[in-house]
Amino acid sequence: MTIAFPTPDATILARREDILRGLSRLVAPEALIVSEDERRAFETDGLTAYRKLPLAVVLPSTTEEVAAVMRFCHENRVKVVPRGAGTSLAGGAIAQEDAIILCIAKMNRVLAVDFENRTARVEAGITNLAISQAVAHEGFFYAPDPSSQLACTIAGNIAMNSGGAHCLKYGVTTNNLLGVTLVMNDGTVVEIGGEHLDSPGYDLLGLICGSEGQLGVVTEAVVRILRAAEGARPALMGFETVEDAGACVAAIIGAGIIPVAIEYMDRPAINICEAFAHAGYPLDVEAMLIIEVEGSDAECEDMLRRIVEIAKPYRPKTLKVSQSEAESAAIWKGRKSAFGATGRISDYICMDGTIPTGQLPYVLKRIDEIVTAKGLRVANVFHAGDGNLHPLILFDINKPGEMEKAERAGEEILKLCVEVGGCLTGEHGVGIEKRDLMRCQFTEAELQQQMRVRAVFDPGWLLNPAKVFPLEGRVAA
Amino acid sequence: MTAYRPGIEAEACAVIADAAARGTPLCIAGGGTKAEIGRPAQGEATLSAAGLDGITLYEPAELVIAARAGTPLAEIERTLAEKNQRLPFEPPDHRALLGSAGEPTIGAVAAANLSGPRRIQAGAVRDSLIGVRLVNGRGEVVRSGGRVMKNVTGLDLVKLMAGSWGTLGLITEVTFKVLPEAERVATLLLPGLDDARAIEALCAAVASPFEVTGAAHLPVALGQEARTLIRIEGFSFSVDYRLGELRRLLRRFGAAEVLEGAVADALWCAVRDAMPLAEPRDKVLWRISTAPKRGPALALSIAQRLEARWFYDWSGGLVWLATEPSGDAGAAVVRAAVKQAGGHATLIRAPAEVRAAVEVFEPLPEPLMRVTRDIKAAFDPARIFNPGRMYAGI
Repeated sequence: MTIAFPTPDATILARREDILRGLSRLVAPEALIVSEDERRAFETDGLTAYRKLPLAVVLPSTTEEVAAVMRFCHENRVKVVPRGAGTSLAGGAIAQEDAIILCIAKMNRVLAVDFENRTARVEAGITNLAISQAVAHEGFFYAPDPSSQLACTIAGNIAMNSGGAHCLKYGVTTNNLLGVTLVMNDGTVVEIGGEHLDSPGYDLLGLICGSEGQLGVVTEAVVRILRAAEGARPALMGFETVEDAGACVAAIIGAGIIPVAIEYMDRPAINICEAFAHAGYPLDVEAMLIIEVEGSDAECEDMLRRIVEIAKPYRPKTLKVSQSEAESAAIWKGRKSAFGATGRISDYICMDGTIPTGQLPYVLKRIDEIVTAKGLRVANVFHAGDGNLHPLILFDINKPGEMEKAERAGEEILKLCVEVGGCLTGEHGVGIEKRDLMRCQFTEAELQQQMRVRAVFDPGWLLNPAKVFPLEGRVAA
Repeated sequence: MTAYRPGIEAEACAVIADAAARGTPLCIAGGGTKAEIGRPAQGEATLSAAGLDGITLYEPAELVIAARAGTPLAEIERTLAEKNQRLPFEPPDHRALLGSAGEPTIGAVAAANLSGPRRIQAGAVRDSLIGVRLVNGRGEVVRSGGRVMKNVTGLDLVKLMAGSWGTLGLITEVTFKVLPEAERVATLLLPGLDDARAIEALCAAVASPFEVTGAAHLPVALGQEARTLIRIEGFSFSVDYRLGELRRLLRRFGAAEVLEGAVADALWCAVRDAMPLAEPRDKVLWRISTAPKRGPALALSIAQRLEARWFYDWSGGLVWLATEPSGDAGAAVVRAAVKQAGGHATLIRAPAEVRAAVEVFEPLPEPLMRVTRDIKAAFDPARIFNPGRMYAGI
């Protein structure tokens, strides 16, 4: 347990009954959770090693209710932790004893779909996948697809600027978001953006996206929906060395081909996934790529033929171009089960740094050294096209000290990512998990600049306050 | 007027710290080719980034290029072209439109966030801009983003800088994501459609799986037969296939002609740079962003009240509209129409006295104006960067 939480505000704790009474006047009885048992369900998120009971949980149904709760909390100086589905791997949705959780998961309706203008307006508590499902009958989809898309909400995606496996071609949340309804700290409701492209004035939409629930609460979103490609086909390639796999990726991109996904797995990850999913992965290679292209059958064929040709000089030991839907599903099955399969054999923490792809062989070697030196093991599964690494550091939570060792290894890996020109987090967000590493990436002046912008929206540090910025040296307005 | 042209960033920091201490407002400039866009800025000295020059990083295999802010756009494009790559967002060149001379710089491309026809498929300047380095109003160097494509570390100040028109800081270096140049480009031309039918055709094309990278309509009122343009880019095999499919899809709009090569390239450059409305030069020019299907009704509602000519890009979502410079240059009518349709309008070309009298950028509702003022203060407490260029008091 190495991440510190600030001491809860005693005056808030002392006023708990008052605050609960005040909140109960703003929302329906079933929308206010106060009992310890029920609050327990909200004590953590995807970063389950850390747990804190919130003061209360509010589950509003409308923007007006969100605004009323925000106004009340602003006036009473109560901290607010916004929450979608609570899938954050960075602890972004963990609250504390002196903070309420404002969970918008009940606001999950599709409000309007406009296929001609290619937009969908949704309530922000809708899950990522539900948006795609709501437009699939016309052949459309919502592009960013984080692994948790079945559960995670668009509100959480906006807060973290979530990515996914296909962002090399389609971009991340910020590139697919056209507008939001934002409830500000004092309950003011503003519309930013809309069905049109680009914004007048400063790009506040771009600022909100990825702000980790610290600038306001998003209750509705307008997202861009896209017509899906006619089809997609993956190829699987196994390589004898990490260098060969890395060079092959560079050669494909250098040849002017942007596959829709390039997924990388190392030997430990291949072994874990194959044992679980029986996907037919090669067990005698050091690195494996899943490269997927999109288009009509003939276009996919043409593109994969080019890719196979480009790969030849890197001597792939295994080369399997999918010939059918069933083969495509098998190739993806192992990759998609990576986190679940790993969880079956071991406890793990999943890191999320990004590196310049040219540094791949060096960084993978160093990651192995860092983790081995701690007496632990690591499996690597990640998006190779964009350099967003996901080392899974395996440990046994029942062995005293192992989790701390894993956390320390994780820290060293993230510092390494920054050292080689990358960053601490590519898509999971900073949350509490990487908060204390921010000074590795940013200078004091840079953090101060970010905090000054933050203060425009929340000068009193009431919105998701213990996150993103190191607890010491914070500035107010 | 004093003109500062620092050759290194540290020098820029010193100039800015000094200006902040004295309260000297600075006009922030690159090549000066877009100086006539925006409200007339009230600077007492000019600070140009043009001396901060040179590409600092180019990794074709990583699809990333970084350059100091004063690097000419032309140099960036030439360097990328050598490796068969390009900036995805097709930056417009408005020199002819504005009657300006000089070399547009890459820093100003970021600061203006103006994107061309490929915006609909490849995103705007702000979507490709993955890193910035700037000097804030305290004279401090601030970096945001970086050189990697996926980065959610801290607040995304990169987005704030894109389209801030030099009002938040002096951008000293920018990093862009780039994309491969297409092996082949082809354009379908549908002749003779009226606005509503044309936008219907463009929206149908853009909503197809064929990845249209340009969708424009030049109405008959521009002096030639109406032309509706749909662009496909990619590997040759794919382009052939997609042209065929699109022709089938759009059959109800009449027979389409295929354009390739210099003629088609020139047409798309003209659309990108708004050249169909460059003449007559005394007309003011509005750039209006709205939902694509609402473009024709928006243009029509303006034309019922003003003498106007227009064309469409972004499958109808970008309306370029020329009107008379007299009175408020059509501001009241344009703003009302935009309010009705949803979107925003920018007065891209108008005489200085008009730009001083009417809002150039879309006015913001008060809560967002409050946020805008406070963000300005968070970067530039002494209010020395391009004061008044975007909004009064900013």
